[in-house]
Parts: sequence; C-alpha cells; structure tokens
Amino acid sequence: MMEFINFHLLPGIVLGSIYAIGAIGVSLTFGIMRFANFAHGATMTFGAYLTMTFVWWTGFHPLVVLPAAMVLTGLLAVGMDRAFYKPLRASHAVILVMASFGLMLMLRSLIQLVWGVQIETLIPGIQRPIVFFDALRISPRHIMIIGGAVLLMIGVHYLLAYTKTGKAMRAMSDSPDLARVTGIDTEAVIRATWFIGAGLAAAAGTFLAMDTHVETQMGFKILLPVFAAAILGGIGRPYGAMAGGLVIGIAEEISTYSWFGTGPLVPPGYKAGVAFAIMVAILIWRPSGLFRGRVF
Amino acid sequence: MTAVLNIADLYCGYGETEILHGVSIHVDPGEVVVIIGPNGAGKSTAMKAVFGLSRVTRGAIRLDGEDITGLAPDKVVRRGVCYVPQTGNVFVNLSVEENLEMGGYVRTDDLRPRIDEMYTLFPPLKEKRRQPAGTLSGGQRQMVAMAKALMLEPKILLLDEPTAGLSPKFRGEIFRVVRDINTAGTPILMVEQNAKQALGVADRGYILVDGQNRLEDTGRGLLDNPDVAEMFLGGRASAA
Repeated sequence: MMEFINFHLLPGIVLGSIYAIGAIGVSLTFGIMRFANFAHGATMTFGAYLTMTFVWWTGFHPLVVLPAAMVLTGLLAVGMDRAFYKPLRASHAVILVMASFGLMLMLRSLIQLVWGVQIETLIPGIQRPIVFFDALRISPRHIMIIGGAVLLMIGVHYLLAYTKTGKAMRAMSDSPDLARVTGIDTEAVIRATWFIGAGLAAAAGTFLAMDTHVETQMGFKILLPVFAAAILGGIGRPYGAMAGGLVIGIAEEISTYSWFGTGPLVPPGYKAGVAFAIMVAILIWRPSGLFRGRVF
Repeated sequence: MTAVLNIADLYCGYGETEILHGVSIHVDPGEVVVIIGPNGAGKSTAMKAVFGLSRVTRGAIRLDGEDITGLAPDKVVRRGVCYVPQTGNVFVNLSVEENLEMGGYVRTDDLRPRIDEMYTLFPPLKEKRRQPAGTLSGGQRQMVAMAKALMLEPKILLLDEPTAGLSPKFRGEIFRVVRDINTAGTPILMVEQNAKQALGVADRGYILVDGQNRLEDTGRGLLDNPDVAEMFLGGRASAA
C-alpha cells in the first residue's frame, strides 16, 4: 500500500501538477484564439532555460527566480503574437496551427543556439525524502512542485473569476463575435491570454526541470500529455485543464503499478501511451471533455 | 433637429454580394423605429452595417451628425451605439451579473449603480444574478442581452428581432420593456418579424423589400395601411 502511494500516487500527483499548469495555457489559447498551439511545449522549455540561467546568475532557488522567468516568457509570447499570429488573425485555424508548428521549431533552435544541446540539472544532488508517519516519503522538491502548482491554480481561479481581464477572457472564449460588438478590446484580451498562458508554461517547464532535468526537447516531450489533459478537461475550460492534468499524470504513474501479478501493468517505457489512449478514448466517446468544452 | 442615427442611401453587403441597394433610415431623439420586411429584405444587414459587420460600398452612416461608416465594432460601441444580435447575444458561461459587467467593459467608473438600475428595470434578473446566463429561459436571456447593451447608457439601442422564438406571453413582455427603455430616454431601432406588435410600440416604421425602402410611416399609419396588412399582418387591416 505505501509502495503504491510513495512510488506511484505521489509521483502521479507531481506529474499531474506539471501537466495541469501546462494544460491551462493550451486550453486558454484554444478557447480564445481557436487553435491548438504546438509551440506551447517549446515555450515551456524556454521558461525552464530562463529559470536555469537566473539560478546561475543569482544562485537563488529556482522558485525564487521563477516569477521573473514567467514574466519574460509571457512577454516573449506577446511579442511572438505581434510578429507571427496577429497578421494571421482572420485566417483559418489550420494556418494558425501550422504557424505555431513553425514557431515551435524556431524557438527550439533558438534555445539550442543560445544554451547548447547538453543536458543540465536545475537542482543538483540527491535530496533525502521527508518521511511522514514513518511511511509516507516525499522529497522536498516534490512538495515545492505541488505547492507551486496549487498556488498558481488559485491565482488562475482568482484571475478568471474576479478580474475584468479574466472575465473578458471567459467572455471571448464563449463568443468572440459577441465580445467584439460588446466593445471588449479583443486584442488586449488576446495579449493577456498569451502572457498568462506562456507564463504558466514557464512555470510548468521549471517544475518539470526541478523534477527531472533541463534539455531542449523537454517541453515537446510532454506536449502530448498536456494536450490530452486539455482535451480531457474540455477545450476552453481552464478548470477542466487542471483536473485533466491531474488525471492524466496520476493515470500514467499508477498504470505502472503491479496491479496483477508481480510485474508492472504497463511497462514504464510505455506510460506515455496511457495519456495517448485516454486522449483517443475521450475524443471518441466524449469529445466535449469532462467540463463540457468546445467541440470542433 | 439632427437625427441620432442617420443611414443615408446605403449600399452594402457581404463579400461580392450586395444586399442593400440604397436604403435610408433615420432615428430621431426619443423615437422607437421598427424595420419590417420579408425574409431576405436586408433588415438585419442594415443594422449590421452600423456596426461595421457588413461591407459598405456607398452611402453614409452618421451618429449625431458624425460619420461612423465602416468603424470597427468596438469603436462604434465607444461612440455610444449598443447592439443586441438576434442569436448568441449573451455570454452563456458567464453569470447574469458578469454579463452586465462585460456590457460595461468600456466604462472606467463604478458599474454598481448602473447594474442596480438594470435590476430595477428587469426585476427577474436580480434573483438570477449568480446563475450562468445559458441556464435562463429565452425571455430572460433576452432581458440579459438588453440589460447588457444598456450598461453603457447608449445614445441609441439596436435590437435585432428581440422576440424571435419567444412565446406570445414573453413577446408582450419584451415589447413592454422596449417601451420602458425608450421612456427612460433611449432611442431604439429594432428589426422585427412580429410586425403587428412591433408597429404597436413604434413611433415610426420602415418596410424594406429586396434591399430597398418600400414604405415609411408612423407605426399607426403602417398598421392601418391595407397594403401592409395584406403583406405582413395576416391579410387584414387591424381594427383601428
């Protein structure tokens, strides 16, 4: 039982928190601009590299410099929107998806150019897990990741439920046409969406880097589960993305538990397939997702 | 006296298709003006042209004498024109109160007094204010849509078929509200299918056919016109 919790459920919650934070940005972009942003993974990677660089410069803990990395990544996304997406605003969604694909490649190359392709670590050394009740073992970095994710989720909730910008984002996600004739400054809402989505992506990338390491493909590798989380939660439903992220993360990790017999149910090498399987199943049987999102 | 809204000799449409071929409509201060006409006559297109949502090729649209032809929708809103589309006119996932807040998006002052005024004008909305607008009945949704549009205290309110799809009971309710809004000082331009009831509350009416003006008269005058009765009011003139 404790083996299940320590080695499957807790890592699942950690991974789920990372997916959840990443998926909010995908869901917001999808809801408001109506396209799947493939550059989101590269944005996460970029954020992780920025955090790492700030840690090098200052020597502070990654979570201390994370806000600065989030702001800069957010500004980068606003700039990319101005340069690449804005001229395509009236285009079909497929064009925007292709544009985001191109941006993903550009961003990845930029990262490789600036930081190189070698693998780096954000938190060096092995940390001793903290033991609760003589049985529950959790490492400090995992506590920080879960704690950070919870704080960000509360922040997103506050933004969407109580601020004018957040409400306008939800309104535009509901109906861009009505938002326009209501007098909502849709361009400002789009900028806010990029800023927030990319800022969260930087946080997700940093959390992932704290849990594993920093490398140029890290964001791309979790793009699939992040998309799966956004779809599971319901496209355009940020709360759904949070729930979807947790479900996918936990499902991946507990799928490797030895439910029957002695070996893992799903070999760990195939656990990414679990996210894929869930995404396919959702698209077939409940395309609107858990929170009744948009169906394309 | 300058008309609040003056659509002068307007030619417009979508893409290559021209729908209006020289339509003129004006709304004077304090008036309720109704546009009626058969399907495809261009009623809604005329209204959308004001909001820059259809392509104007000739003619002009003036608000209080100022040219607003072709202005982007959010600019038109800032000038004081508010528009309630026929369908999809509320944010279904936002609560009633959030819908009103969005209606007042361009205002920078405290919205509270205006929201309370709207609850006085539409009492059913007050108790539903925390409910998502999508869960409301058709009539109540229409009230939300109108209240949302009134948040800016517009110079003129445009309503595109406010009673479409509503039961007769709610239709009467909506027309009563239209009258109330107007009495409180807001001129209204409205497109309507329910011609008889609409003309009953209108100061003046226009009949559009095939993208052109056919008739213009007072509401009473159109109701009593045998040709109009023939075309739109079920075949007989209303009992005067």
